Amino acid sequence: MICRLAKAERRIQSAKAATLAGIDSTNHSEITLMYEQLETAESSDNLRRVAVDPVTRVEGHGKVTLLLDADNHVRQARLHIVEFRGFERFIQGRPYWELPVLVQRLCGICPVSHHLAAAKAIDQLVGVDPENLPPAADKLRRLLHFGQVLQSHSLHFFNLASPDLLFGFDSDVAKRNIIGILQEYPDIGLQGVKMRKYGQEVIRMVSGKRIHGTCAIAGGMNKSLSREERDYLLEDIGQILKWAEQAVALIKKVHCSNLPYYDQFATIRSHYLGLVKSSGALELYHGGIRARDRQGGIILDHQDYCRYNEIIHEQVKSWTYMKFPYLLSLGSEQGWYRVGPLARVNICDRIDTPKAEAARQDFKAHGDEPMIHSTLATHWARLIEVLHCAESIQGLLHDPDVLSQDLLLQGEKRCEGIGVIEAPRGTLFHHYQIDENDIVTKANLIVSTTSNNQAMNESVRQVAATYLDGRELTEPLLNHLEVAIRAYDPCLSCATHALGKMPLQLELVDASGRVIDRLVRESDGMLQRSLADA
Amino acid sequence: MSKTISIDGRQVEFVDGQTIMEAAAAAGVYIPHLCHHPDFTPHGSCKLCTVKVNGRNCSACTFPAQEGQEVLNETDELREDRRMITQMLFVEGNHFCPSCEKSGNCQLQAVAYYLQMLDDHFPLFFASRELDASHPEVMIDHDRCIFCTLCVRASHLDGKEVFAISGRGINKHLIVNSPSGKLQDSALEAGDRAVDICPTGAILRKGIGYRVPIGKRIFDLKKIDAVSLAEQGGAHGE
Repeated sequence: MICRLAKAERRIQSAKAATLAGIDSTNHSEITLMYEQLETAESSDNLRRVAVDPVTRVEGHGKVTLLLDADNHVRQARLHIVEFRGFERFIQGRPYWELPVLVQRLCGICPVSHHLAAAKAIDQLVGVDPENLPPAADKLRRLLHFGQVLQSHSLHFFNLASPDLLFGFDSDVAKRNIIGILQEYPDIGLQGVKMRKYGQEVIRMVSGKRIHGTCAIAGGMNKSLSREERDYLLEDIGQILKWAEQAVALIKKVHCSNLPYYDQFATIRSHYLGLVKSSGALELYHGGIRARDRQGGIILDHQDYCRYNEIIHEQVKSWTYMKFPYLLSLGSEQGWYRVGPLARVNICDRIDTPKAEAARQDFKAHGDEPMIHSTLATHWARLIEVLHCAESIQGLLHDPDVLSQDLLLQGEKRCEGIGVIEAPRGTLFHHYQIDENDIVTKANLIVSTTSNNQAMNESVRQVAATYLDGRELTEPLLNHLEVAIRAYDPCLSCATHALGKMPLQLELVDASGRVIDRLVRESDGMLQRSLADA
Repeated sequence: MSKTISIDGRQVEFVDGQTIMEAAAAAGVYIPHLCHHPDFTPHGSCKLCTVKVNGRNCSACTFPAQEGQEVLNETDELREDRRMITQMLFVEGNHFCPSCEKSGNCQLQAVAYYLQMLDDHFPLFFASRELDASHPEVMIDHDRCIFCTLCVRASHLDGKEVFAISGRGINKHLIVNSPSGKLQDSALEAGDRAVDICPTGAILRKGIGYRVPIGKRIFDLKKIDAVSLAEQGGAHGE
């Protein structure tokens, strides 16, 4: 363990040295992909394939593949997304008002994000810009969204991530799950369940159902809260707020109890992107796009998200269904970035609820750089956001606007609408075009997890190179790869959008499980028959 | 002395000229149906209201009530037949309730719930019929049409004859009376009865979907057997 840590620290030191040597704080175009050579092995001949399939305790289906040589040195490490959706295609031909309800079916964890991003887009189709939305509708949507972020983050931290963090990455696999947490730490486990439940109840009160409700419509909302619904939600918010504070204290304790390790594990030095308020404060529902480089310098700020096409492009790679977005100004090599809780807490100037702001300052103070790059610190940032959500829900429930019936506005029709929101996992883009008959002709979705694709792969490669290289692989070691991926809380089912470019692989397996034939269709349509492992 | 028929052993009064469906409705007895509406001539096409009259299957919406009839309505056999008919209606079209704006106001969905239809049973046809959104205020999603002809009959009452059913058997389809075959070139106007008569989500007013929140839609509040025939016929999203 000591040797491995020493090795890891040497790598970090060398990364820092490279930083100091080559890059000054104003030059954000330089970013080092330290483990890029592990994306594709020079040759797959004589390499042994190890797959973590499926990656567990994440949303959706993905796998990690490693190619190892005879001495167990890692030659290639990839996170593949193995499922395919196709929403952008099959919503074409449908009327625009169906969009928020149709596209939320992308996901069962954060359907509200898709519902709201699509609603923001179709607001524009009926001539309503975000600043003109009736205040009641705006606040109800925000309340819905805070409920959603609260439940999604709680689910992730308590159910999916806490077993690694509380028991250890290489603890007994039989115990490393939410049941183990409920047995060993019943208070923490139950708090997680109840916090998630509270977020779901907020969603139910606003949208009619806990999952896949309908409330946001073009130009507003279809209902406000009744007094009974408001009072019901007020009953428990005090308790939720307390638990959220305790959760922040817990993750801080876990992180700081092994600070050097937590600060380096799967850590990569990246750019960060997200929405911020016009004041620069943390924003989840509506704001301008800000990107900061790894030293905290501004790459772009307060950009209108309707121009996202001029800011972000996506690259397709043949070995995964998930695309690779990048900042156009920096190019595909240098322009990749991270989104999500860590990005948001890194890029914002402050949080405008007091407890979360104090937690943010504490969080930022723990590092010795302007930006916190520790991948595992994403858990910490995530719980700061939970605290912010709890405070914001409390504030909104006391706002009389959420009881108002002034919920809908209609303006002049347009043929193009773009909605962007900070989903739990990061910035989410929905872009639609309709024809003169109100029918969707074109759709583009850039889903949060997609933006973290490069970063997740880089984290996987970092962990593979640091902890697995040259060693006999065991389950606990492979779990390290999953711990790295889990920190991002990826939603893989939402994030697969490389339509028409999917490579397909057909395998013929004999009774003993040995692959005896394999046919591969590459993304360019070429067919290959091969038995070499990919 | 009033005349009566027996429905499931209950004596139900009727007057001459009433159908079994009309007599049952007047007495508050629910017979599942989709193509029937009290304002229009009975059509007898959906067969959901099939009852046993003196041992023989008849459509309650077209069959005249006659003194002394022994009508069976809520039997296991009829329930099973009705469920299968409903399943066939579902698989013939694309009735995807989770995203359909008619959900909660849809008679087909409500009947399926009433009949405890838990799956499609039959293989899906994956219908792919053209969607006509050419009209500025009304659209037709042909994939959801169950050929009940309520729009045909309503448009007749509107004095316009905008709709008709063409073709036979599996080739049956709803057509629009206009030179282009498109709704925009037809005489249909937003105020027409035919616009709101569809029992499924085939004919819809544009731009108002989902305005009624979950919990306030017609069949959120009452099961279909407790909703009057007139209310069911006018079920729409606003």
